[in-house]
Amino acid sequence: MNRFRAMAYPYVLFISILVVIPMLLIIAYAFTVEGTAFFQHQFTLDNFARFFSDAVFLQVLVRSLRVAVFTTIVCLILGYPAAYCIAKSERRQGILILIITLPTWINMLVRTYAWVGILQDNGLLNAVLGTLGLGQLHLMYTDFAVVLGMVYNFIPFMILEISAALSKMDPSYLEAAEDLGANRRQSFLHVTLPLSLPGIISGITLVFLPAVSAFFIPKLLGGGSYVLVGNIIETEFLTAGNWSFGSALSLIMAIIIMLSIYLTRRIDRNRGEVS
Amino acid sequence: MKQKQRRITPGRVLVALLILFLYAPILYTVVFSFNDSRSLTRFTGFSLQWYEKMFTSKTTMSAIVMTFLVAILATAISTAIGTVTIIGLSRCRKLLRGTVNMINDIVIMNPDIVTGIGLLMFFATMTVRKGFLTLLLAHIMFCTPYVMLTVAPRLRSLDPNLADAALDLGCNPLQAITKVIVPQLMPGITAGALIAFTMSFDDFVISYFVTGNGVQNISILVYTMSKRVNPSINAISTLVIVIITIALILINILPPLWQRINRKKEEPV
Repeated sequence: MNRFRAMAYPYVLFISILVVIPMLLIIAYAFTVEGTAFFQHQFTLDNFARFFSDAVFLQVLVRSLRVAVFTTIVCLILGYPAAYCIAKSERRQGILILIITLPTWINMLVRTYAWVGILQDNGLLNAVLGTLGLGQLHLMYTDFAVVLGMVYNFIPFMILEISAALSKMDPSYLEAAEDLGANRRQSFLHVTLPLSLPGIISGITLVFLPAVSAFFIPKLLGGGSYVLVGNIIETEFLTAGNWSFGSALSLIMAIIIMLSIYLTRRIDRNRGEVS
Repeated sequence: MKQKQRRITPGRVLVALLILFLYAPILYTVVFSFNDSRSLTRFTGFSLQWYEKMFTSKTTMSAIVMTFLVAILATAISTAIGTVTIIGLSRCRKLLRGTVNMINDIVIMNPDIVTGIGLLMFFATMTVRKGFLTLLLAHIMFCTPYVMLTVAPRLRSLDPNLADAALDLGCNPLQAITKVIVPQLMPGITAGALIAFTMSFDDFVISYFVTGNGVQNISILVYTMSKRVNPSINAISTLVIVIITIALILINILPPLWQRINRKKEEPV
């Protein structure tokens, strides 16, 4: 039945143009001298070198990594026990996962903006604290607000990934551990935790990378002068017009995310073959 | 064991608090969109003034219309392309199938900002004027992989000889697809279309980079308005929340419904 084959061809052409060519453009610009069109073949690695040599940028990089690491740690610390609890509640697992992931479908920007009204100096949270007589907190335009916004947006992914890994786990492993004399702590550390590792890794990926590339969360909650890597990419393309440096940054980000997702899948597949 | 399930454990408290954390800002937005003052903290009375402002503002209305227009067109086109492609692809060689799946994976996994700037550079290099067309093309491009991903499992569960049987019984190829295969895929197609709609309706990052010349969707409007505190954003946000919630409810209701209708048709009366 070959006559249906041709039905796939228009889309192949479509994605070649709108996906493959833009990716090639990013690669081409990342390796060419700033301000020159890529077909002039001025090969350079300067755009990547700037990543590590420019003092201002290095500061931004360090701040981005700090915020992203913080976000990931908070998501993991809160997300793991929550995912564990959800994976254990057998009947309600489906509905709980649905409730946790439903907000991620609703416009991220709109949900992040809601926090502006809550965290402001004259916002809802301070009003509540005021009536409780707990004093006032200055939260907007701080690291705290940015990390909070990121945890809020990305923690569902962490919970989803970990609980998926935990519910895939064969309960007979735990019974075996128990039969072999392991206590609850031991069976958690030696059975549950290692088996949920693929979930932890993909959860970390799904939190860390959007956190590094986020640009409207720092802008809304961190203020105009709070610059992260995502904001630099935005400026390079929309105002500074330095496509080469912006492309190099984007390329690094895209490669890291592809690699980590690929690795998670490999780990997952290998595990599948063993069991 | 059964009594044990109702106990309050630290884990359950954590899950409850997280759910509160995730929904409180949404609730806050919806409630304060009906506030009759500019106050962010005190609900001084019920009013529809922010909705009135929203519907009378020309910029806001054109952004809302644009969002719906792009979402509906992108949904229709990406659902059609996605369905047609996945049917065709199932007959293609493994190499082509693998390549297409890999490129779809790139679209899904790439950070939005990377997809956005890639398209921005592409449109600029091709000297395409940024605006409605570029916005629509970008939306079709990032919606179609999700449609294919949703329809594919359904297609795999079908008997591969179904189309051949239809052809043997006198259908022409078009009929074999529209009368035999597509009805069977309907639950997947509906789910795929609704996912495409929510993706398109909600998109900010990619749209932000590929649009221009005054063409903006709701998300871009909220982003430009959000530089100052502005309660009418709450009304726009509530509109977005309501539309997406309806789409999400339909995603969870429609596909099983289709399945039941299909099953009923198959049962001899």
